[in-house]
Amino acid sequence: MSQPDPCTVAPAATGTRRPLPLPRAVVELAGVTKRYGSRTILDRVDLSIPAGRVTAILGPNAAGKSTLIKLILGLVRPDAGAITVNGTGLDGDATYRHHIGYMPQAARFPDNLTGREVLEMVRDVRGRPLTTDDYLIRRFDIADDLDRPVRVLSGGTRQKLNAVIALLFRPSLLVLDEPTAGLDPISSGIFKDKIREAREEGTSIVLTSHVLSEVEELADVVVFLLDGSIHFDGTRQALWELTGKASLERAIASLMTRLKP
Amino acid sequence: MSTRSKVFKYEVRNVLRGRAVLLFALCLLVLTEGLLWLGGGGTRAVVSLMNVVLYLVPLLSLVFGTMYLYGAREFMELLLAQPVDRGSLFAGVLAGLALPMAMAIAAGIGLPFLWHGGAGGGTAVVALLVVGVLLVGIFTALAVLIVLLFDDRAKGLGAAIVLWLVVAVLYDGALLAVIAAFRDYPIETPLLLLTLLNPIDLARVVLLLSIDVAALMGYTGAAFQRFFGNAWGIGIALVSLVLWAAIPLGLGARRFRRKDF
Repeated sequence: MSQPDPCTVAPAATGTRRPLPLPRAVVELAGVTKRYGSRTILDRVDLSIPAGRVTAILGPNAAGKSTLIKLILGLVRPDAGAITVNGTGLDGDATYRHHIGYMPQAARFPDNLTGREVLEMVRDVRGRPLTTDDYLIRRFDIADDLDRPVRVLSGGTRQKLNAVIALLFRPSLLVLDEPTAGLDPISSGIFKDKIREAREEGTSIVLTSHVLSEVEELADVVVFLLDGSIHFDGTRQALWELTGKASLERAIASLMTRLKP
Repeated sequence: MSTRSKVFKYEVRNVLRGRAVLLFALCLLVLTEGLLWLGGGGTRAVVSLMNVVLYLVPLLSLVFGTMYLYGAREFMELLLAQPVDRGSLFAGVLAGLALPMAMAIAAGIGLPFLWHGGAGGGTAVVALLVVGVLLVGIFTALAVLIVLLFDDRAKGLGAAIVLWLVVAVLYDGALLAVIAAFRDYPIETPLLLLTLLNPIDLARVVLLLSIDVAALMGYTGAAFQRFFGNAWGIGIALVSLVLWAAIPLGLGARRFRRKDF
């Protein structure tokens, strides 16, 4: 597993931050602000997501986690600031997404297409990449389900299809929004193993999750978002050192009470 | 194959398998065949079908379009996270939605006339088909615009129905009130302009001019004919109809490019 990285600890009180001596950044956000009407979702966020690691973005509901992910994917555009993915500045061009696999929170596909057609469609619009990874299709045992229309598939099977799509094209950056929500424990285990394997192969992974045990299992780096600002950005070990708590749940609770007395 | 045609291919498949469009085509076919079979000639059948096309096609295009697009929102998000540019996706989805509807009209009305050898309907049948297809284009484009303007599904569906009520029912009532109020004045030109502002009125003018039934003309149709003569009247009304499709399409495409998903 990973070496404990010397890391950045940026308690809100001090606001100072030492640079991360981690591997090169796969995603960089500089002064990113996003507003919806008068609501500020993200407020001048600076963030560096290290390559080849699992970075978990944590925070309560409406903290801005999904918006952060959607900014990386180009689904949402920032009002201010700059975003770089794999060294490419985002400017509306779509080609950088050839290297990204995305698993959204809600798995909804065209009702009347079969699972296989949905996979074909995504493969088609990606320009039919030659190497695909159907490991998850086999492990989830959904090959037969893929021949049925999506509308008759159960929510769990759709979520599996969602996971398959994210990993199908061997992306170098995986973006997962609440990945195991809706998966049964066995499938969830299979998927987590696959995420770990992808990480070992050098894939960079960004995920959001409410399941702290999952973050504890997978994440190298934890980013804690609250009210549109980053209040912690560093390794799990650093979070424990900072809060003096042994479990992630207690560490986060401790952070929250410290920030919102 | 361009990304646009790839998206289009799967969208058409999904829409056609949904059966709603096929059912619509079948209903039109039975109705048209019935009218021709009962006798009375092609022109009478066109007059009967006119109201179906003028009222039902806009309503179905709006309701079916908004419902379909709200249902497709999450999948659209997944597609936008692929290396796909937004313009291609927009065009592919829209064409995949509008074309099956247009084909339903062409087949449902066109085929019975075809195997009845035109039934003496002549240009009126052609006009009916052209107007039907244009109305599909216009109201599908308006449905897209509504979905892009209202994030809330219930509000969007409500807006679609209100829009239909206005253009199909309330607008004519208002026009009548204007005519009654200003009956002592020469108001033909302002009335012509008011007709240009409602696509259903425009479509009616085209049909009435092409059928050439003076008794059915109504006030606006008569004014159009007197002003432009038949060919000119039809030409101007057709161009206005095309603009009615093109303007919402342009606005929709612009908004789709900039929208946060």
